[in-house]
Amino acid sequence: MADTKVEQMSVKVVEDPSLMTGAIPAKDWMDVPAVFKPGNYCYPGKPSIMEYHNKNLPGLFGESREWEIEDDDWKLPENWKEIIINGIKERLDKFRSFKIFMDCCVRCGACADKCHFFLGTGDPKNMPVLRAELLRSVYRGELTKAGKILGRIANGREMTIDVLKEWFMYFYQCTECRRCSVFCPYGIDTAEVTMMGRELLHLVGVNTNWIMEPAANSNRTGNHLGLQPHTFKENAEYLIDDIEEVTGLRLESLNFNRKGAEVLFVIPSADVFADPGIFTFMGYCMLFDHIGLDYTISTYSSEGGNFGLFTSNQLMKKLNGKMFAEAKRLGVKWILGGECGHMWRVIHQYMDTMNGPADFLQVPTSPITGTRFDNAASTKMVHISEFTADLIHHGKLNLDPSRNDHRVVTFHDSCNPARAMGLLDEPRYVLNNVCNNFHDMPENTIREQTFCCGSGTGLNTGEIMDLRMMGGLPRANAVKYVREKHGVNTLACVCAIDRATLLALMEYWNPDVEVCGVSELVGNALIMEGEKEKDQGLRFEELAVKEGDTDV
Amino acid sequence: MKFSFLAVIALVALAFLGANLGSGMQYLFGVIIPYVAFFLFIGGFIYRVTQWAKSPVPFSIPTTSGQGKSLPWINHAKLDNPSTIGGVIGRMALEVFAFRSLFKNTKAEIHDGPKLTYESSKWLWIAGLTFHYCFLIIVIRHMRLFTNPMPFFIEPLEYLDGFLQVTVPALYITDLLFVGAVTFLFVRRLVNPQVRYISFAADYFPLFLILAIATTGILMRYVIRVDIVGIKELTMNLATFSFAAPPANLGSTFFIHLFLICALMAYFPFSKLMHLGGVFLSPTRNMPNDSRMVRHINPWNDPNIKPHSYAGYEDEFREFMAGAGLPLEKELPPEEPEEPAEAEETAAEGEAAQETPAE
Repeated sequence: MADTKVEQMSVKVVEDPSLMTGAIPAKDWMDVPAVFKPGNYCYPGKPSIMEYHNKNLPGLFGESREWEIEDDDWKLPENWKEIIINGIKERLDKFRSFKIFMDCCVRCGACADKCHFFLGTGDPKNMPVLRAELLRSVYRGELTKAGKILGRIANGREMTIDVLKEWFMYFYQCTECRRCSVFCPYGIDTAEVTMMGRELLHLVGVNTNWIMEPAANSNRTGNHLGLQPHTFKENAEYLIDDIEEVTGLRLESLNFNRKGAEVLFVIPSADVFADPGIFTFMGYCMLFDHIGLDYTISTYSSEGGNFGLFTSNQLMKKLNGKMFAEAKRLGVKWILGGECGHMWRVIHQYMDTMNGPADFLQVPTSPITGTRFDNAASTKMVHISEFTADLIHHGKLNLDPSRNDHRVVTFHDSCNPARAMGLLDEPRYVLNNVCNNFHDMPENTIREQTFCCGSGTGLNTGEIMDLRMMGGLPRANAVKYVREKHGVNTLACVCAIDRATLLALMEYWNPDVEVCGVSELVGNALIMEGEKEKDQGLRFEELAVKEGDTDV
Repeated sequence: MKFSFLAVIALVALAFLGANLGSGMQYLFGVIIPYVAFFLFIGGFIYRVTQWAKSPVPFSIPTTSGQGKSLPWINHAKLDNPSTIGGVIGRMALEVFAFRSLFKNTKAEIHDGPKLTYESSKWLWIAGLTFHYCFLIIVIRHMRLFTNPMPFFIEPLEYLDGFLQVTVPALYITDLLFVGAVTFLFVRRLVNPQVRYISFAADYFPLFLILAIATTGILMRYVIRVDIVGIKELTMNLATFSFAAPPANLGSTFFIHLFLICALMAYFPFSKLMHLGGVFLSPTRNMPNDSRMVRHINPWNDPNIKPHSYAGYEDEFREFMAGAGLPLEKELPPEEPEEPAEAEETAAEGEAAQETPAE
C-alpha cells in the first residue's frame, strides 16, 4: 500500500503548492535536478536478467551490472554520451514521428493539464510538453546549429548525467497513454517521445527490473510470471474447478497446445493466476463452452501482454513473434485475443508490420454467427469484445443479466484499446446486455478522453505506490463521481494491468468499488445448459435476491 | 522574453538605419534582403519538409479519437477514427481548417475533496483560429501589391473586410482581430502559469515580431501617410524580378515593416513556425486506422529478430510437459539427457517465479 495515507494525500494534492494548484515554480525547469528517494523510482534490472536480454538482443541494453538509482555513479559506459547522441540521430532517421515531434511543438499548452501524472502530482515536468522538452532540449543543444550557438536562449542544453537522470525519472512517469495526443493540434504523441527516451536509456544500461524481468520470463516461459507449462495448465484447471462449484458443470472444453483447433486464444497471463483476472478467465471458458468454440490455449504463447512495448521496438517484436509462430505451428485458422490493453496496442498497430504477413491464417470468421471480421482481415486476430458483441447481436448467447444485479457497473476505457484502436462501443454493448445497471463516467474521462489507471507501461510495481495513487487520481475521481451519483460498485475494464492496478487504486481512493473484466460479467450472466440453480457469482459472491421469485 | 523583445527592437533599429543611410542601403533593404528572405523561406520550408519526409514511418500509429471501424452495426466515427484515405482527408481538413483537436480543449481544476473538474475551454481555439485566418486574409489582401491586374477576389475581400466603414480609410476587421488575437496569445503566455513556465525565447519572438509587423502596417494605413504608389512600384518590381532601385521617399515605417516581414520569412523554416508543414506530416493524424485490415510495411523491419522458438521451449520443459499431459512435438528420449536446441540462456530461474508482475 502507498506510503502516504489517503487522508493526507487528499489534502496534499489540493493544497501543496504546485503548478496544478496555481503556484509558479521559482526556478527554471532546467535548474531543477531530479532527486531520487525511496518510493519515487523503480529498481534497476538485475544483472542476470540483463545478461539474458543481452544474449538474445545484443547491443540494445548496455552492460549488465549491479547499480543503484540513488547512487551518484550509475556505472555507465565511458562513452555513454556518444551512445545517447548517436542513438538520437539514429532514431531521428528511423522514425518520422520522432523527428516531427522534436521540431513542430509550439508550446501552446493544450496538453499541459491532460496528463494524469500532472493532474495528480502537479510536477511541471509531467506536463506532456515539458516531458518532451526534456529530450527536445538535448536535440536542440546537441544536434541543431541554433541550439549550439544560442544554448539556453534557444532552450538547448548539453547532454549531462543530470539530464540522463531526469529522463529516467520522467520517462518512467509517463504511461504512454496518449491522452495528450488527442488534444494536441499537431497530434504530437508523448508516447512516441517516451518510447524513444526509454530506448535511449536502455542503450546505456538504464532500465527497471519490473519491466525487464517479466519480459525475460515472457520470452523464456511464455508468460510474465515465469510459470512453466505444467503450472500454467494446473492454474487454469483450478479455475475450472471453481466454475464447477458455482455452476455445477464440469467444463471439458479447456485444452492446451492442441493442433488443428480452429482458433488460438491468447490471453494476458495474469488472467490465469491473479485476482480478479482469474474471474475473467472463468468467463472466457464459460463463454467458449456455451457456444461450443473449437479453440486452444498455448502455454508457449501464453502471454498476450508485451513488456517489450515498454522497452524497445526490437524486444516488442521478439516477444510478439510467438503468437503468429504458434498459430502456424498449431495450424489454427485465426487468433482470438483476450482482455488486455497494451497487448492490443501491439496487436492492432505493430504485430502485422513486425511479424506478418499472417498468410497462413484465414480472415477470422465466427463459426457461430458466420460474421467475417473484415476489420482484422490482415492481422487475423479478433478482440474478445468484438467477438462477444457479435455473438450477442446475433442472439447466440443465453443471458440472464439479472444475475449481475448485485453490481452497479461503470466501464474504464483502457488507454490503448481506446486511443490506439478505437474499441469503445463493443465492450459497452456487451456490458449493456449482461447487466442491468450500467452508468458511464463523465464524458471528459471516458472513451478517447479516458484516464490511465496511473500504472501502465510497467509502472505497476509496489516500489512507487504514492506516485501510482497520484497518477491514478483522475481515474479514481471519475469513479467516485458515479459511485456517489449512481451507487456504482463495480469498475469493469478490458485490461489485465488495469485489473491489477485499479484494484489497488480503488482500495486506496474508493474502497467499496470492485474491479472486474467484462468477460467475468458475461460469465456471470450466461445461462449454461444443465447448470444448477445459481446463487453465487464467479467469485462466490452472493447474487441479488430476485423480486417475486422466478416467474417471468 | 526579454531577449525576444530586444531582438525585435534590434531588427526595427536595423531597418530604420537601412531606410535612412542612403540609396545603397535602401537597395539592400528594399530589394536584396526581400529576395534573400523569400528564397530562404521557400527553400528552407521545402528543405525541412523533405528532411522530415526522408525518415520513414515504420509503424501505423494513428491516435484514434472515436469508435473504430468494427462490426457493421456499430457506429463508426469516420472522421475521428478514419479507416480510409477519404476519412483521413476529412480528419486532416478539420484539423487544418478548423483546429478540431484544439476545439476539444478542456481546463482541469482540482478542488477540495479532492475533486477534479474538466471544463470546456475554447479561448485558445478561438484566438488561434482568429489569428491564423486573419493572417491568411491579410496576406491575400497584400497580393494587390504584387499583381497587376489584381485577381478578381481581392476587391470583394477588401470590401467585406472593411464593411464596418468606421474610419477613413475603412477599418479592416481583420486588422483589429489580428492584433487582438496576437495580444491574447501573448497575454495568455504571461498569465497562465503552466504556459508561462514552458515558454521561452522562441515562443515570444514570433509573437513580438508579428505584433511589430501588424503595428507598422496599421500605422501606415491609418496614421502615417505613405507613398502607396511608390510602394506598389517597389513590390511590382520585386514580383517581376526587375531589380530596379526602390523609389525615393518610401519612408522609414515602410522599410521597418518590410524588413520585419523578411525576418519572419527567413526565420520561419528554422523555427516552431514549421508546424505549418508538420501538421500535414504528423503520423498520428494522417494515417488511416486500418492496421489490422492492411499490413503496414516498415522498411527497416529486421527479419533476424525471431521469437524464442517453440522447439527451444519444448526442449527446456519437455519433461514437465509430458508429465502434465501436454502434447509434444518430440517425445521424451528414453535415456539421454537433452541439450537445449537454442543457445539462449535461461533467465535466472528460481527468482523469476517468485514475483508477480501485478502487485
